[in-house]
Amino acid sequence: MEKSAATEMVNIKINGREYAVPSGITILEAARIAGIEIPTLCYLKDINEIGACRICLVEVKGSRSMCAACVYPVSEGMEVFTNTPRVRAARKMNLELLLSIHKKNCLSCIRNTSCELQTLCNEYGVDDEYFSGENREYQLDESTPFIVRDNNKCILCRRCTAACSNLQEIGVIGAEDRGFDTHIGSPFEMKLAETSCVGCGQCVVACPVGALYEKDDTQRVLDAIDDPNKYVVISAAPSVRATIGECFGYPPGTDVEGKMVAAMKRLGFDGVYNLNFAADLTIMEEGTELLHRLENGGKLPLITSCSPGWIKYCEHYFPEFVDNLSTCKSPQQMFGAVIKTYFAEKNGIAPEDIFVVSCIPCTAKKFEIGRDGQSAAGVPDVDAAITTRELARMIKSAGINFRELPDEEFDEPFGIGSGAGAIFGATGGVMEAALRTVAEILLGEKLEKLDFYDVRGTDGIKRATYKIGDRTIRVAAASGTANAKRLLRAIESGEESYEFVEIMCCPGGCVNGGGQPTQPASVRNKLDLPALRASVLYKADSEMDLRRSHENSAVKRVYDEYFGEPGSHRAHEVLHTFYVKRGIY
Amino acid sequence: MDNTSILSTRFYGGQKRVALRNCGIIDPENIDEYIAVDGYQALAKVLTQMTPQQVVDEITKSGLRGRGGGGFPTGRKWQFAMGGEPGTQKYVVCNADEGDPGAFMDRSVLEGDPHSVIEAMAIAGYAIGASEGYIYVRAEYPVAIKRLELAIKSAREYGFLGKNIFGSGFNFDIQLRLGAGAFVCGEETALLTSIEGKRGEPRPRPPYPAVKGLFGCPTIINNVETLACVAQIINKGADWFASMGTEKSKGTKVFALGGKITNTGLIEVPMGTTLREVIYDIGGGIPGGKQFKAAQTGGPSGGCIPKEHLDAPIDYENLSAIGCIMGSGGMIVMDEDNCMVDIAKFFLGFTVDESCGKCTPCRVGTKRMLEMLDKITSGNGEMEDLKRLEELANYVKSCSLCGLGQTAPNPVLSTLRFFRDEYIAHIVEKRCPAGVCKDLLRFTIDRDKCIGCGMCSKVCPSNAIYVTDYTAPGRRKPSYAIDPEKCIKCGACRDTCKFGAIEKK
Amino acid sequence: MKTISDLNAIKAKVIDKIYPKNPGEKRIVIGLATCGISAGAQPVYDEIVKAVKELGLDGVSVVATGCVGICQYEPIVEVFESGGKRVTYVSMTPEKARRVVQEHIAGGVPVLEYTVANTKL
Repeated sequence: MEKSAATEMVNIKINGREYAVPSGITILEAARIAGIEIPTLCYLKDINEIGACRICLVEVKGSRSMCAACVYPVSEGMEVFTNTPRVRAARKMNLELLLSIHKKNCLSCIRNTSCELQTLCNEYGVDDEYFSGENREYQLDESTPFIVRDNNKCILCRRCTAACSNLQEIGVIGAEDRGFDTHIGSPFEMKLAETSCVGCGQCVVACPVGALYEKDDTQRVLDAIDDPNKYVVISAAPSVRATIGECFGYPPGTDVEGKMVAAMKRLGFDGVYNLNFAADLTIMEEGTELLHRLENGGKLPLITSCSPGWIKYCEHYFPEFVDNLSTCKSPQQMFGAVIKTYFAEKNGIAPEDIFVVSCIPCTAKKFEIGRDGQSAAGVPDVDAAITTRELARMIKSAGINFRELPDEEFDEPFGIGSGAGAIFGATGGVMEAALRTVAEILLGEKLEKLDFYDVRGTDGIKRATYKIGDRTIRVAAASGTANAKRLLRAIESGEESYEFVEIMCCPGGCVNGGGQPTQPASVRNKLDLPALRASVLYKADSEMDLRRSHENSAVKRVYDEYFGEPGSHRAHEVLHTFYVKRGIY
Repeated sequence: MDNTSILSTRFYGGQKRVALRNCGIIDPENIDEYIAVDGYQALAKVLTQMTPQQVVDEITKSGLRGRGGGGFPTGRKWQFAMGGEPGTQKYVVCNADEGDPGAFMDRSVLEGDPHSVIEAMAIAGYAIGASEGYIYVRAEYPVAIKRLELAIKSAREYGFLGKNIFGSGFNFDIQLRLGAGAFVCGEETALLTSIEGKRGEPRPRPPYPAVKGLFGCPTIINNVETLACVAQIINKGADWFASMGTEKSKGTKVFALGGKITNTGLIEVPMGTTLREVIYDIGGGIPGGKQFKAAQTGGPSGGCIPKEHLDAPIDYENLSAIGCIMGSGGMIVMDEDNCMVDIAKFFLGFTVDESCGKCTPCRVGTKRMLEMLDKITSGNGEMEDLKRLEELANYVKSCSLCGLGQTAPNPVLSTLRFFRDEYIAHIVEKRCPAGVCKDLLRFTIDRDKCIGCGMCSKVCPSNAIYVTDYTAPGRRKPSYAIDPEKCIKCGACRDTCKFGAIEKK
Repeated sequence: MKTISDLNAIKAKVIDKIYPKNPGEKRIVIGLATCGISAGAQPVYDEIVKAVKELGLDGVSVVATGCVGICQYEPIVEVFESGGKRVTYVSMTPEKARRVVQEHIAGGVPVLEYTVANTKL
């Protein structure tokens, strides 16, 4: 945390040692400065500071009851004790109480070895039967195609509801009932699918235990691979290569593209492709659409449509903006559509014999593949959308030693992706990619500088105005539905106006998607995960020669051989879709 | 004095009515009657003759402490909320979410003297610089709500609420908020959360409401009974108020007296009155010649005062020294027929039901405690359970998020302290000394006392009573017996038998 | 309502209604808080109003009030008279109330058997 020099300091003692720490910070933060770890479960910085789980309790001299370090502010002369027998006993007892309501099938739990409760129990040497007693049994909520809720494992830390209500400002889940019967659910015990949940999965990555997880599609993928009559291809979204390393012990922000490709090839796919190719293709279509709308008085601002969580959010909460959405399918869907039309025809394979898998950082993509208007060849464009976590599990269960793999390259003809496609995984990336192409088309010449710094970074909303030739293009990029809401309201009220808007559902963009590897709160609270992961993409972009979507030879070939030109009739049939107005439940 | 007046009774004689001064005297729906008994004089006085600091000083000097249970000095609470930038939005909130089982002090004030609360809130608003007030009252109090609505309306008509009150430039108005019946909403931060329109759950303190309360603004929250004392303190002076009570607990306290007591009802006594005076003078003692065992104060957050402390003056300090609390004013008297383990179980059952479920110790801990008590009262307890119960009770007390959880173990800890032998009897001897815990009871028929009338078998709801082939000497009919397997221990047979032949052990 | 003297004016006008000053004036208060209502005070109140009206009694006011505290003896009716006289009737019914109006309010003789004198309070 950066504090200005003028920050007032207070003198406190932690475990008998003296420290000067900035006033206004919590005991937890002060302890961290002192190099002392205090365990947390419910605490998520800025979004869930509720002091509910009580695992972070410490003793403060003069206070009769124990204090929750995560929310208790330090004050001058305070004496804190983080490791007394009373503190240790309280933490142990807290864990034992949590275990008494927790379904302890750890060995078969999806979060085995990545469970924050498990880690703490291990550290505190608990007796998992000490407080055994009556328990509620909850039905799984498997109503959506993207998220499963198992309240039998829920420890009611409320990180999921904080992610939904405070981070995304959607609020389709919350505490239901009270006391011992408290559980997380949707209003009136509705199933998640009946609500206006957008499927972003931020709840899933916030969950410290195995109470929330993606609907697992790996078995369907494995079955397809084993089916000799199926031609099975996989493509990896731009951000997956920036994050999947975390599942194999690499620090956040490690680019493992080569190993990821090698692992996918070893899983037995018939084709391992780069979804950055489809991102470039999206830019061709969306850029053309933007130019078309600019020149023909079309509906503006044009709003990007790559993020299916955002699309669902728009349909539920801002149906009046549905006509602003680009009709372009998302890269995932364009990829599937190209495979099942162009590629299928070219290779003489029936579309129904092709099984398209995409590995994406996203839970909402599992919803997107089942949408209407996403079946260019009469069968779904994409057959299975698996998250980064699911791919990692497949790699592990296949006995592939990820860390020892050589770097390998994507298969042709869809192996090439530009730097513009790579940065699709971060907020502002789609905007920047589009600007590179649109600007060069408008100007009719090459840009000297391809970096649009104004739309980079993890700020929730970024605004910029670009003068391109004699045209002024005002743009904004928002990530996270809370920011999307603010931006759309400003547009709606006429306070702000733009020609082009990029919205990504998850804060920071796909690098921070709901399908990404989970990181414990201790890591989330310390590191800026979205920024770290995004740095991989921007670095890759900066090191490439090919940084413009319209220069991607694979994309050019597809147009030459099949679509003609961007925005053509055929391109519309295959690469574009439509939206519905859904309203709120 | 004429013995036809309530004033002549022992019940009334030992009382001193401050908060309840107008209840039963004036028409609560007629603002003129409140004015006739010096109503709104205090408000006029503070607005025209006193500075806000003088008001706070007067309240501080009076020694008034929070009557909702916590006992926090009211003047200090107000002082915390003073200051800040001029024009800072602040709030005065009246906590009328009375929830302890059997307690109805606040309801009586609201129904009998609603203007006293409104006047005090306006005074508090002037003192801290708030222009808005909320009364959070439970929806289960329809009469109180109706009278409050009416009182607020007439106060507005008379200009005691609204703009430029008494020409002083001070503006203040009050809104009602109805609670949906959750006990936890009596906890101040949960109450504020509920007013804000959210699920009524407490939030961690600090920041305290006086710094960051309703909608994030400085807020003072006072209980009804506390507020009902304020106007009198202003009118009669802090010294008058401080002349009543003990060294650290000034003034009077209202109690809802109930349980095994001859005179049940609502009483108000000076702080420092002994429990013996309350029970034997005002309350008229224990009916049926039974022995006093304990008085429970503070409801589900409180504890028991046993016989040995009958002469302890009732004030905040003394009660807390014996592991009890003043609480909001519920006082339930228990005699030899009350099982203290069962009492603890009753109160704990209440908190288990009323826990909001936010923090782990209260949500899971109290439930596990209740299960242990169930185990003990059903005859399956072991001494190990007692250890675990005590361990868990202390944990829940020191680790819960809010006052509800932090005090929920009190009934258990208090009974463990004074009536441990009863717990041990349940565990070791598998016996309930008071004959309350059904699973440990056995009903039998003394075959020699039984005349064979068969009344018991007729009333038995579970057909557990049958005719034996034994006829007692000198009897004409064979006696009856109870099948313990079928007996549900309802006691109907024992109540019916005119010959005392049915024993409960 | 702008000054303390405005308040005092109302006070002067109303206080004698609460504590009657003139002989012959009587104020009947009925405890109509939740405790009273649940014990049946409303019909008692109604009966008193009706009886007072039927008997055409002057100088008698009938007023609903809050809880006087002796819950187990509700419904409670109290009569305030000049000279600080106060009679407390307990466990009232409409029938008893009518008798009180007839004998005490109209006749000037309290019905002793219904008063608090007849309790263990």
